[in-house]
Amino acid sequence: MSEQATPLWEVFIRARNGMSHRHAGSVHAADAEMALQAARDVYTRRGEGLSIWVVPSAAIIANDPDEKGEMFEPTASKIYRHPTFYELPDEVANM
Amino acid sequence: MYTQALNNPAVEAGVEDEEKLAAFQARIDREEKIEPNDWMPAAYRKTLVRQISQHAHSEVVGMLPEGNWVTRAPSLKRKAILLAKIQDEGGHGLYLYSAAETLGVSREELVDQLLTGKAKYSSIFNYPTLNWADVGAVGWLVDGAAIMNQIPLCRCSFGPYSRAMIRICKEESFHQRQGYDLLVAMMKGTAEQQEMVQDAVNRLWWPALMMFGPSDKDSKHSADSMKWKIKRFTNDELRQKFVDATVPQAKVLGISLPDPDLKLNEETGHWEHGEPDWDEFYNTIKGNGICNKQRMKDRIKAHEDGAWVREAAQAYAAKQAAKKSAA
Amino acid sequence: MTDTALFTYCMRLADDSAILSQRLGEWCGHASHLEEDIALTNIALDLIGHARELYTYAGQIEGKGRDEDALCFHRVEREFNNLLLVEQPNDDFAYAIMRQFLFSAFMHPFWEAMMNSKDEQLAGLAAKAEKEATYHLRHSAEWVIRLGDGTEESHNRINNALEFLWMYTGEMFECDEVVSSLVAKEVAIDPMSIKHLWDETVNTVLVRANLERPTESWMQTGGRKGEHSEHLGHILSPMQYLQRSFPQAQW
Ligand SMILES: [Fe+2]
Ligand SMILES: [Fe+2]
Repeated sequence: MSEQATPLWEVFIRARNGMSHRHAGSVHAADAEMALQAARDVYTRRGEGLSIWVVPSAAIIANDPDEKGEMFEPTASKIYRHPTFYELPDEVANM
Repeated sequence: MYTQALNNPAVEAGVEDEEKLAAFQARIDREEKIEPNDWMPAAYRKTLVRQISQHAHSEVVGMLPEGNWVTRAPSLKRKAILLAKIQDEGGHGLYLYSAAETLGVSREELVDQLLTGKAKYSSIFNYPTLNWADVGAVGWLVDGAAIMNQIPLCRCSFGPYSRAMIRICKEESFHQRQGYDLLVAMMKGTAEQQEMVQDAVNRLWWPALMMFGPSDKDSKHSADSMKWKIKRFTNDELRQKFVDATVPQAKVLGISLPDPDLKLNEETGHWEHGEPDWDEFYNTIKGNGICNKQRMKDRIKAHEDGAWVREAAQAYAAKQAAKKSAA
Repeated sequence: MTDTALFTYCMRLADDSAILSQRLGEWCGHASHLEEDIALTNIALDLIGHARELYTYAGQIEGKGRDEDALCFHRVEREFNNLLLVEQPNDDFAYAIMRQFLFSAFMHPFWEAMMNSKDEQLAGLAAKAEKEATYHLRHSAEWVIRLGDGTEESHNRINNALEFLWMYTGEMFECDEVVSSLVAKEVAIDPMSIKHLWDETVNTVLVRANLERPTESWMQTGGRKGEHSEHLGHILSPMQYLQRSFPQAQW
């Protein structure tokens, strides 16, 4: 197999105004314009989108799952960040 | 998808750490999803690459039998529906190749495996579509069987595969309905049209049942796949579900199914059915189905005829990148 | 009666869309890569949509009870009035892309102008078709540029397609009695009024693609009068086969 690989792009789509872009999938394309068009043709055939981002897959930096402990566990003990940590006096109905 | 750099299958070759294996199985048992960069046993990765790419190849080769009728669709409405349906299958192939790519193989490698005959695809697509009702019967029976297989895959333990399947299943129900609708329209029509429908169902019924794979007693991949929650029902269980769902639909349609052993078991509520011709099944898998060679020839031709197009796009991109960095 | 002119006008546009979508449909499952397979089908689906609306409207104007399928599947070669350009075969991807580009570069300003037609149906269709044609033009133009400025092979192929298809572009700008009578009523578009836009698009894209615009020479004609290349009959044969074989059947 001698064929050179066509780059991979990640596709993010905003379904409606007011929502953030969500990862929809990926496409292969030689350049950004073709990736954008492919994303439109592949991922918005049923009116799924109002805005598209394409990002070269190679440009995404991910954390190593083995670092899960140091990355994410420290937050678990900080329960005081959550509103349910605090008990309100009965007299206060809402806050 | 995401960084492939972290996917290093080589690291996982050789003897695997018992502790890691146990932790992995525990995650699966807790119904946690496994994501591409997580540690996974080499055999799990291998099984997934094989299954997802085989699934992707099936979607892509599956475009051909229906594509056989695009230029001959008998109305503009049916032509549009058929094109949209086949296009979806191409999309499914694309989603699935992407899911497989998260495991560290490139689409180019996977396509190469298909075109060199190293990878398999569903045997159903090696049967010909001989009359227009075949297009309807494919939608009703073949997509119907595929949906039975695919719905449990939405809960598959591997995240990217499960997400691709959720997207695919959303699109699939249109496929089965348009097929059934096409057949209903033909059954309301002339005697010739009704004959076409019966003929198509007679030819496609058994191959559709074979889509669930060999009987449980002969299936070699099932045990591991069940343990890893890649698969959640056995071949025979899914086949039974399909038969139970389809028999009443055949009644409504007003056609007969070509199985003299088909009868309702009042106690279990299940439709008992005859045994598919497994010799035919294995023979088709071996490459001797009526369309195997033609399907491969068509895929190879499309790939080879397209090589200069893909090269041109890459050459242009390289030139533009060079210009940009020079500026 | 103007109705005859309007009927003919709609049928021409419908035939253009129907025949070109038939050509694009031939790619389904056979394109160079999955992304492009899906893209070409999207264009085909848009065009089938245009054809269906236009045939239906033409059938209403005619008032003889012919629906979209009667008009598309029960006429012979000589009754089809599409442009010769759209019936040209898919010799390779370059032919398909150049054919699409030359056509869409015309249809984009055409539908844009049609949005102001006094005919409400045509204006309504134009509002939708204009957006679709914009995308068809973008997609095909970007490919023309990539093939023209890609490899030596792709350059030669797209150049061959350009040189071959060029002689069919003159037909888009023909203005016969049918068109001029409807232009006078502000229903139809005078094709010469958008020629400068077509020229501009074509020139800009060809420059970016390193392609030379062919010198003005003989332009083929005949499609609008039902005088076609030999290809049309081969398009209609499979396309109409079921409708012709089972004329009483509904599908
Ligand atoms: Fe599918
Ligand atoms: Fe499907």
